[in-house]
Amino acid sequence: MEDFLEIAGKKIQNRLFIGTGKFSSYPIMRQALEAAEAEVATVALRRVDPDLKTENIMDFVPKSCQVMINTSGARNADEAVRIARLAKTAGAGNWIKIEVIRDNKYLLPDNLETLKAVEVLVKENFVVFPYMSPDLSMGRRMAEAGAVAVMPLGSPIGSNRGVKTRELIEIMINEINIPIIVDAGLGRPSEACECMELGSAAVLVNTAIAVSNDPVKMARAFSESVCAGRLAYLSGIPVAEKTASASSPLTGFLREEE
Amino acid sequence: MKITINGKSEEIKIKSTLEEIILKKGLCANNLVLEHNANIVPKEKWKYIILRENDNIEIVSFVGGG
Repeated sequence: MEDFLEIAGKKIQNRLFIGTGKFSSYPIMRQALEAAEAEVATVALRRVDPDLKTENIMDFVPKSCQVMINTSGARNADEAVRIARLAKTAGAGNWIKIEVIRDNKYLLPDNLETLKAVEVLVKENFVVFPYMSPDLSMGRRMAEAGAVAVMPLGSPIGSNRGVKTRELIEIMINEINIPIIVDAGLGRPSEACECMELGSAAVLVNTAIAVSNDPVKMARAFSESVCAGRLAYLSGIPVAEKTASASSPLTGFLREEE
Repeated sequence: MKITINGKSEEIKIKSTLEEIILKKGLCANNLVLEHNANIVPKEKWKYIILRENDNIEIVSFVGGG
């Protein structure tokens, strides 16, 4: 069965997107991306510390991976736009996850500033993925502004709390006609699977993979559970019932039904 | 003369170019993007930008991030 997510002309088969932060080393990160057979990976931009001569992370992202630049660190639309333009100049392509955050405690995004950045960057031909608090109206506005997908959060970044926003995300999946990619807070493969069963187009996971004892194995675990969730969604999950419905014939063993 | 690099004030030789600053810091040009007074400067142009007193330079590169 051919099932892929098509974004900006690119056909993506693996619906697990992986963030590259917090890995203990770049080689481990690369092994995790390879183990998961990831096709999309996010990377951020930061000021260089000239005293810290570190390797270039881009050399460790497999060539088969589409890089998506995360505007993390941006506190308003202007800063997000600036980061996107810098990344493009650096040759990182034009896929941008817009992340605009002013709240340091919960790291919850500023949807309004995010929308402003979407509007500017779409006009500059960026492929734009806004990271947002799940909200139907705002999600629709992002889509109208030209976002190729929206990325509502499951729970706060790095919290490993799972899909606390499940009902709002379900509404977005049902009502918005661009892909919904659940991003942030997924702590275990079953939660990624849950998102896929709901009809998410993809999920983005970073912390749960990067800080596990074995990030390479965990990347595979997430990848397989995303695949399982997707298959279940495509198969049509039966509705839950309050009473039993026998799986075996309802006749008695050696007598007729009473 | 003084310029600001990544938020820190630094003393440099007059008529230094952007390229000279990067070389002097021992940074690998392939990994970097530069802003000169809030304008992005492509690598090919680094050698033509002559710095002036109080100029502001941002040097950024890619890091891990979700």
